[in-house]
Amino acid sequence: MYRLTTKILLLIVIAVCAAVLPAVAGKKDVILATTTSTQDSGLLDVLVPAFEKRTGYRLKTIAVGSGQAMAMGERGEADVLLVHSPAAEEKFIKQGFGVNRRIVMHNDFVIVGPRSDPAGVRNCRSAVEAFKRIALARSLFISRADNSGTYVKELSLWKKAGASPEKGRWYQETGLGMGQTLAVVNEKQGYTLSDRATYLALRKNMDMAILFQGDKILLNIYHVIEINEKKFPKINGEGARAFARFLISPETQKMIGRFGVAQYGSQLFFPDAVK
Amino acid sequence: MDLVLDGLIKAYHLISGLDPEVVAITLLTLKISGTATVVSTGIGIISGTVIALVRFPGRRFIVAMVNTGMGLPPVVVGLFITILIWRSGPLGSLGLLYTPAAMVIAQTIIATPIITGITLSAMQHLPEKLRLQILALGATRVQLLLLLMREARLPMLTGIMAGFGGVVSEIGASIMVGGNVKGYTRVLTTATVMETGKGNFALAISLGIILLVLAFAVNYTLTTIQQRKTP
Repeated sequence: MYRLTTKILLLIVIAVCAAVLPAVAGKKDVILATTTSTQDSGLLDVLVPAFEKRTGYRLKTIAVGSGQAMAMGERGEADVLLVHSPAAEEKFIKQGFGVNRRIVMHNDFVIVGPRSDPAGVRNCRSAVEAFKRIALARSLFISRADNSGTYVKELSLWKKAGASPEKGRWYQETGLGMGQTLAVVNEKQGYTLSDRATYLALRKNMDMAILFQGDKILLNIYHVIEINEKKFPKINGEGARAFARFLISPETQKMIGRFGVAQYGSQLFFPDAVK
Repeated sequence: MDLVLDGLIKAYHLISGLDPEVVAITLLTLKISGTATVVSTGIGIISGTVIALVRFPGRRFIVAMVNTGMGLPPVVVGLFITILIWRSGPLGSLGLLYTPAAMVIAQTIIATPIITGITLSAMQHLPEKLRLQILALGATRVQLLLLLMREARLPMLTGIMAGFGGVVSEIGASIMVGGNVKGYTRVLTTATVMETGKGNFALAISLGIILLVLAFAVNYTLTTIQQRKTP
């Protein structure tokens, strides 16, 4: 009986291998690690099909925070990054994980909160002052807390405001993407820092308002980074270059500028690669 | 409440209008979870039967392992498989990460202990004397095995349904090893999470409803087979 079962088990293993092997990825796959804001705002739904159509590559998009995207890059698990965490990106390049960092587009961060604005953020002159007031009023603040570009920006604002909110009960961490965090913020009527694109894309479901915007410090810049092929020979360097070229090409830049205008009544991303 | 109603209406439109993307996602879900269930059924029924009928040292330990495996957390499975198959991992050269094949492997690992465990307990619940009786009637070992499996087929089908239900509704492993890549590894559960993140609640609800209908349809078919009057 042992023999019979062994044979059957072997057969199953062979069958599984046969079924699995043709599905193994070819050189045509490009892995893009990017931030949740590009997915949650719907921008990728426009860009990905255009890229695949133009080049014949299959783009596998993994939408995580900028921090996690770069962590994937540091292991050579992604081919190309589209991220928005400038200080971390510079370190990433310096350490030799990535090459050819180029600017793609920008939008800005906004402070979103309940219309009643309990902390009085509306009349602030700067983002730092707004954060100071939230800390002072101990108003509920919901943080991404996920190493994303948005979270890094939030931490730098707390630091500049001289506040250490982690201990306060008014400061809550979700560990989720921007879209899901905004849903929590809406439910609990707290404050948060959001990129404008995700906020605009989700505004229809929310009873929240932009309470502060326009400070220079809130600029949110997206860069494309190719992973260093010399360091990680297994990556698809050619595909990565093709995607980076695609992003900064004039046609794509036009597409980025037009994105969302009809649907949300305002431009979500401002192309920067073609001046 | 409007939202649920919206979701229901949207689901109706998506299904009746055969929205190509939703149809593709549904078919992919069925393909991946179906393949995983078939493979798990093969492994599970054989190993469950062997563990139930054969006495060997360390058997109690194996049974405890199988019983623990029935509650294997999908995210843990997803994490381990990801580490195994990513480019720098030991199986990295296969290029399996973010492919449907990786999802099938993960789901197979989740479903196999469930089917093994239920088969095991079904075989053990067969009356002890049945085995002796069959042998006394002059059956060969293979005939004995087939007859015993036939006797235990009802709970085995329950095991298959539980296995399928476990993997089709699972998200942790699917999103980690599949990556929710559009048109390639995006299944109903991962699409539901993504649409929720995008704030498309009506679409998310309708995907959820389609998932429920799919699970019901598969289980209804299996139940029909199970409850059929024996010839």
